[in-house]
Amino acid sequence: MSAAGLLVQLLNGLADASSLFLLSAGLSLIFGVSRIVNFAHGSLYMLGAYVAYSILERIGGTPLGFWGSVLLAALAVGAIGAMIEIVVLRRIYRTPELFQLLATFAVSLIVKDAVLAIWGIEDLLGPRAPGLAGAISILGRRLPQYDAMLILIGVVVLAGLHLLLTRTRWGVLLRAATQDRDMVGALGVNQALLMTSVFCLGAFLAGLGGALQLPREPANAGIDITAIGDAFVVVVVGGLGSIPGAFLAAVLIAEIKALCIALGTIALPFGLTIAFPKFTLVAEFVVMAVVLVLRPWGLLGKPQAAAVSAGPPETPLAPAGRAQKWLASAVFVALLLLPLLAGGNSYAIVLAIDIFVGVLFATSLHFIMGPGGMHSFGHAAYFGLGAYASALLLKAAGLPMPVALLLSPLGGGLGALLFGWFCVRLSGVYLAMLTLAFGQIVWSIVLQWDDLTGGSNGIIGVWPSAWLASKTTYFYLALVVCAACVLAIRRILFSPFGFALRATRDSSLRSEAIGIDVRRIQWIAFIVAGAFCGLAGGLFAFSKGSISPETISVSRSIDGLVMVLLGGVQSLAGPVIGAASFLVLQDQVARDFEYWRAALGVLILILVLAFPGGLVGALRFRLRRA
Amino acid sequence: MTLLLVENLAKGFGGVCAVDNVSFRLEAGELLAMIGPNGAGKSTCFNMVNGQLRPDAGRVLLDGKNIVGLPPHDIWRMGVGRTFQIAATFGSMTAVENVQMALISREGLLYRMWRRADRHAREEAMSLLERVGMADQAERPCGILAYGDVKRIELAIALANRPKVLLMDEPTAGMAPKERIALMALTRDLAHENGIGVLFTEHSMDVVFGYADKLIVLARGKMIAEGDRDSVRDNPRVREVYFGAGKTAGLHA
Amino acid sequence: MRASILGAAFLAAFALGAHAQTQGPIRIGEINSYKAQAAFLEPYRKGMDLAVQEINAAGGVNGRKLEVVTRDDGGNPGDAVRNAEELLSREKVDFLVGGFLSNIGVALTDFAKQNKVFFLASEPLTNKIVWDGGNRYTFRLRPSTYMQVKMLIPEAVAAKKKRWALVYPNYEYGQSAVATFKELLKARQPDVEFVSDQATPLGKIDAGVVTQAISDAKPDAIFNVLFGADLAKFVREGETRDLFKDKTVVSLLTGEPEYIDPLKAEAPVGWYVTGYPWYAIKTPEHDKFLAAYQKQYNDYPRIGSIVGYTAIQAVAAGVKKAGSTDTNAMINAFEGLEFMSPFGKVMFRKQDHQSTLGAYVGKTAVKDGKGVMVDFSYKDGSDFQPTDEEVKKLRPAD
Repeated sequence: MSAAGLLVQLLNGLADASSLFLLSAGLSLIFGVSRIVNFAHGSLYMLGAYVAYSILERIGGTPLGFWGSVLLAALAVGAIGAMIEIVVLRRIYRTPELFQLLATFAVSLIVKDAVLAIWGIEDLLGPRAPGLAGAISILGRRLPQYDAMLILIGVVVLAGLHLLLTRTRWGVLLRAATQDRDMVGALGVNQALLMTSVFCLGAFLAGLGGALQLPREPANAGIDITAIGDAFVVVVVGGLGSIPGAFLAAVLIAEIKALCIALGTIALPFGLTIAFPKFTLVAEFVVMAVVLVLRPWGLLGKPQAAAVSAGPPETPLAPAGRAQKWLASAVFVALLLLPLLAGGNSYAIVLAIDIFVGVLFATSLHFIMGPGGMHSFGHAAYFGLGAYASALLLKAAGLPMPVALLLSPLGGGLGALLFGWFCVRLSGVYLAMLTLAFGQIVWSIVLQWDDLTGGSNGIIGVWPSAWLASKTTYFYLALVVCAACVLAIRRILFSPFGFALRATRDSSLRSEAIGIDVRRIQWIAFIVAGAFCGLAGGLFAFSKGSISPETISVSRSIDGLVMVLLGGVQSLAGPVIGAASFLVLQDQVARDFEYWRAALGVLILILVLAFPGGLVGALRFRLRRA
Repeated sequence: MTLLLVENLAKGFGGVCAVDNVSFRLEAGELLAMIGPNGAGKSTCFNMVNGQLRPDAGRVLLDGKNIVGLPPHDIWRMGVGRTFQIAATFGSMTAVENVQMALISREGLLYRMWRRADRHAREEAMSLLERVGMADQAERPCGILAYGDVKRIELAIALANRPKVLLMDEPTAGMAPKERIALMALTRDLAHENGIGVLFTEHSMDVVFGYADKLIVLARGKMIAEGDRDSVRDNPRVREVYFGAGKTAGLHA
Repeated sequence: MRASILGAAFLAAFALGAHAQTQGPIRIGEINSYKAQAAFLEPYRKGMDLAVQEINAAGGVNGRKLEVVTRDDGGNPGDAVRNAEELLSREKVDFLVGGFLSNIGVALTDFAKQNKVFFLASEPLTNKIVWDGGNRYTFRLRPSTYMQVKMLIPEAVAAKKKRWALVYPNYEYGQSAVATFKELLKARQPDVEFVSDQATPLGKIDAGVVTQAISDAKPDAIFNVLFGADLAKFVREGETRDLFKDKTVVSLLTGEPEYIDPLKAEAPVGWYVTGYPWYAIKTPEHDKFLAAYQKQYNDYPRIGSIVGYTAIQAVAAGVKKAGSTDTNAMINAFEGLEFMSPFGKVMFRKQDHQSTLGAYVGKTAVKDGKGVMVDFSYKDGSDFQPTDEEVKKLRPAD
């Protein structure tokens, strides 16, 4: 590759960086001020593209029409963002951390189906920008005029935001709120209005990004997911709340990808080759992991004050009372009888096995998230590692199935041992995003390592031994394993280690000052959670007979978060009830509604607004009042 | 041998010298007050002694052993207890569990995963709470206790390790005057009974001059005076820098 | 309270499980990623419904009506397996049909083997379903990745180009398509060189950079496996940057309405593609299908419609030949089963359970502001198989 070629590739990278920046700037603003992990940001971006398409269809023929349409679409999305803030988020600011993630997740489900219902199933390729349809010749290569324009727009938006934040009263208030929201409230500023306006601006920027992307990419119902992933990475790499940081991160990531693609496949000595383009699959996540390990607050971020949960303080753990124990035993006995009542091959059995796996998955996540205070956005990694470990031990190593299952915690545990060591050096959202990065790295390795993992098709023939193969037997196996593990996790939480773990969450300062090695406790907690999660993965693999990289996907990690948050992060029964209700709901809704994702989203939203402490919190509250 | 010997301690943050060449010694059973206006470097000094911050220069000798560079959790094990300017306890635990947590740590049982923690050393924890007058609040969550009570819990936690040195950063802040006197009297008794060296900062001059055996005075990171109550009270530099020139009364900083 | 929630959940599950087993209709359990892959599967569902209607209007199969019970797996293999169990245990379906994503297809294939259930994999393209992951319970309708690539090889050879660039989505489908292409082309044209190899993340191609990287490698031909949004981005960038000028492009699936229609007037011209030129196929079978489809839905068919429609025709023919829905009888009936599809006569091969349903190969053009296929011909699937010897080696013994 020539130097000229490389230079133009870097320009191409800049155009990509500009779209990445436009996508992420709004998220960074919103997060900086509200600390809300706005999962619907990708959906707003997607809406920007669709709305722009519809407007362009009508008035997009002229340059004025085109740019007018883009602006109108962005304004429309800004209005939708403000509406989401007013209708949903405003009601749940004073809830345990991350609970808002659940609400925005529900919104994203609704938006996805709404887009399909309104704009149909086909990808919609927008028109080229009038007057910018051609290309500029640079060094014998052709750079689309629109790409050059995009680079310009990125810089203009960066400068505009910078001026807005530094030169206006609103911007100063916003930056103050980024430091301390309550202080701004104390200054007599209308906090609600400030929040709404931030959300509106953030959504406007997302909509603008989506609309501007239309000449480069068809509007389709899959962009929300890719967009949200990219946006989070850029925001975190740049440093939360830092607009210049987001720009820098976007440039860094886009240029690294451009470089990989430009390098192509390079032959090394000894007949080895490196296919650099394949690295683009996971490049941004590797960049994020490296940046977070070296600079725990991102490129231009500042150390955050310890996150103070807006929710009520957690109450001390109370050992199960007589009534609770009685109830738990009754449920267990009822479950033991289920195959007799429902029939050994009934669907109730099948669904119950999935619920047991989900319960164990969610409980292991809750262990580090609730008592540990470490939010993991990549918990599926340990699930998948457990599943792959048992599948490979069975298929490749030829171990008997029960042994392979018993060893599945090793897969999850070893993964957590490695990743946890890095993760516990961070805190808050940075920690969460590092777990996500590791999850994606594991996912991409499993996807690429065809010879070992079977690539995207996965591994088949992962069935239980003959004596465990009947549904009823496997049901009992899963029930016993799941119940034993949930009890063991509970037991650990009441043990000195569990207390120490909660101590590190409550106050790492105090913990260190009474001889608790905070990082080591957190690291071990990671490993414990990873091991239990790995066992859930093993149980899953043998219940399905096959596994594929989907077991490690982000969506599974998100499902775990949803289960824990839905049940209530502040309660030990939360993940159990959250997982069971989420899976039953999903199963039922997927069958009864054509637009089942939207229906599920609406249900979650209702639950979120009605029970802001999670299901268990709501139950507790009722009981206490009764 | 001197219990705690601090020599030429220094720490800067981004070019600003927060603590500059501070040296002092603390003997067993002695109450040493560190005073100075806000920003004088008191908390920074504390944080260097208990390992939260690494000094740029200087030594901290505990029983003759240099502890600079050790993490706080190791320094605690060597016998340095600490209370914080803004009280830090475990909000999701009851008062007695907070103390039990420290006892569990003292006995090196942190990594036990089976036996119940809330049954561990309950009597000892209760007697520590009794010492600080919090026994009747033992079962209440720390997260909802009054601030003055939380400070007392902190003291009980700090005592759990039978410390040789106690670092108390504004131990009576947020307390009613009567409570302050009771807490400092208690601290003095504890120090004398058990031979604990107490280093404390305090804004209330009543407390300082009522209870400290010795004082050191910091201003802008530098030590400007050291000595017993009277010599410090009469030191002209202290009066100038700390109390404001020409004023004799109004001993509250 | 915990008990009451769980209890309610399970009671709900029972209540729904209490479907009485019906004697009458033949129940077909259909599992697909309906919402996750809506562009293909909505027409697919329409195709299925149409076939069911036609067959039932003509009196059903062996005097029994057909009934399709669909389940959405959400693009998740684990859920697909659960759906399969639900369809079998609660809905009492007689056999299973479906699958779009390859990993789900493979998971259901293995599920069929473990549970000794008949399964017709209608769409998933991966070779694994009939080769190394194949089993006696599973048949596959759609021409595999291998077959479709092989259909394009004659065009690639005829172009007599030496320097080829490859661009494909970075997962099994793309990888196996490219591997097959390289192997088959090299066999026919030993001096061929592959000068650029761009594996792009699915749905996230950096089209500008990829386009220029290919251009800088100075290929004189391109083999493309991208589809969907990635394809649209690649085509637009490629056009703007003159990538395709004077180059032969051979491209998999690009002639399918699902992928070429969104490109509208910007559809590439002169690419050799596999696809489905519904507007220009003139056979009695297809005319009949087209008329019925357009009448029913007031819309034109996509390739998904063909696959859905043909899948139902296939199982109807199979059940008719078997005389029952007994699994073994179905397997015996399907081995060598011949039936008529809108693409003409199709047969399920005994040796690997792959159908001989083919695809259309032609050149792309733009007509009336829309991408179309011209100069096309139908390639019968039976002509694009590995030898029986090779199949035997690839496929485990039952």
